Amino acid sequence: MMATYWEPVWLTLKLATMTTLILAVVGTPIAWWLARSQHWLRQPIAAVVALPLVLPPTVLGFYLLLLMGPKGVVGQLTEQLGLGLLPFTFEGLVVASVIYSLPFTVQPLQNAFIGINNQLLEVAATLRASPMDRFFTVVMPLARPGFLTAAVLTFAHTIGEFGVILMIGGNIPGETKVLSVAIYDHVEAIEYTQAHWLAGGMVVFSFVVLVALYSLNGRVHSGMMK
Amino acid sequence: MNVNNTILARFHCQIGGFTLNVNLNLPGSGLTALFGHSGCGKTTLLRCIAGLQPASGELVVNGDTWHNAHESRPVHQRPLAYVFQETSLFPHLSVERNLDYGYRRVPVSQRRIQFNQAVEWLGLAHLLERMPQKLSGGERQRVAIARALLTSPQLLLMDEPLSALDQASKREILPYLERLRDTLAIPILYVSHSVAEVARLADHIVMLNQGQVTASGSLQQTLARTDQPFGLEEGAAIILPARITTQDTQWHLSLAEFDGGQLWLPSELRIPVGSDVRVQVLARDVSLALSANHDQSIQNLIHGRIDEIAEEISPGTSLVRVLAGSTPFLARLTTRSVHTLELTPGKPIWLQIKAAALAD
Repeated sequence: MMATYWEPVWLTLKLATMTTLILAVVGTPIAWWLARSQHWLRQPIAAVVALPLVLPPTVLGFYLLLLMGPKGVVGQLTEQLGLGLLPFTFEGLVVASVIYSLPFTVQPLQNAFIGINNQLLEVAATLRASPMDRFFTVVMPLARPGFLTAAVLTFAHTIGEFGVILMIGGNIPGETKVLSVAIYDHVEAIEYTQAHWLAGGMVVFSFVVLVALYSLNGRVHSGMMK
Repeated sequence: MNVNNTILARFHCQIGGFTLNVNLNLPGSGLTALFGHSGCGKTTLLRCIAGLQPASGELVVNGDTWHNAHESRPVHQRPLAYVFQETSLFPHLSVERNLDYGYRRVPVSQRRIQFNQAVEWLGLAHLLERMPQKLSGGERQRVAIARALLTSPQLLLMDEPLSALDQASKREILPYLERLRDTLAIPILYVSHSVAEVARLADHIVMLNQGQVTASGSLQQTLARTDQPFGLEEGAAIILPARITTQDTQWHLSLAEFDGGQLWLPSELRIPVGSDVRVQVLARDVSLALSANHDQSIQNLIHGRIDEIAEEISPGTSLVRVLAGSTPFLARLTTRSVHTLELTPGKPIWLQIKAAALAD
């Protein structure tokens, strides 16, 4: 009983952590490019990144299911690579979550990057710092509040995911049955006590995370003024 | 000119409706002022030299090619330092770590200026622990200058480093800049639109107008041109290097000797005997006489020879250049006086100088 009870919780935390880490790596260069580039593709790509914000999760899940299915481009590719098909696997959920949460990483980072005075980067260049060096020693420290916001929003958003997961992952215990789906199951089965434990836990967890975020961000800002 | 002691800068670039087109041979030592009104292209030229502004052309610094049609070194690989107009300290780093940013990126074998040396030169020892937000404008700019020097640059670029500061901060920093100019063996390119700063600091001057060079030469010779490339007809003035040789405490006067004569100045007791100074003489404070007339109040009488006359620089006014030894002076006279005194080039003449002062 305890094992099956905690299983969705661990699965959810694992999914959210992996999604946040992958997006930190993938989203940072995208956000940097969007913040700095003058390329004509900038607006179309910004729109693609923002699509998950406006589309119903079922629409996104539907197309991802088709793409990653046996007749989809991605599906055929993963099969040829010997990875099998992604739908109804944990890996499939990770891929879907990364796409679904992309704007929650990219947009706070993009705003943080836009706020960095370009002259500071020019100064760093005249002080012998290479482009990579400048990114790690000037951009990253100055964009720290943006990174923090991006990480927390992505993590929290992945935990709250439901529609996409139902479309892509179904409801396989230990593989794709995450918290939100488990709560749905309990409610369907009129097991309100169990639903309360999970749902109430999520409320408390989200509250704690947001309070931590705001106080941390506040400290970063006042730290800069010291 | 010896290529090993020259900065060859040839640039062409277009930004919106503005075109910069320059071809300059600058001295590879001393302080060169890039002078002109705002929008003349002086900052753009500095950015081209730093590699911050893409441009076609060529840049050879003391025999070392930094940029040409085939290759262009990126900014971080050019051994230069740049002091920006606005405060440009990293807000997330303390003064000490700001100073260290460039210093630790320079290989030990290439460091010619040591950390403590720069801290001492710019008087920063008591500020090292502070964050930039807790510094005054003048202090911030001193930190920025020290941070630039700590990369042991072969060329120092300064973009109006004093323009964002109040008068008191300017006075605080100017002596540091003079000391750098006199102690560092590297060329300094200094962008400015302030005649006073240029007069006090520059050895060489480049005048820019609408992206074109309108004059380039030594400060002394350029300021003494009768065609006044600065467009300063009213305030035309010469600068002459001199040495204080006597302090007269009774009459509160100082005697400054220069190549071609000597001048009494209002006493500057803070300047000890033997110091090198720059004296400014406005053309309107100079009159000319055919004979030495001691029967008048003007104390400074200098013998010279007329070199060049520009008549009617404005209606009724002429500008006359006189050489005393090798030192050029300018006198602003009425055109009628030029004719009454029958002034012609080569004629011996007495300069009567009503007022002279240290450039400040």
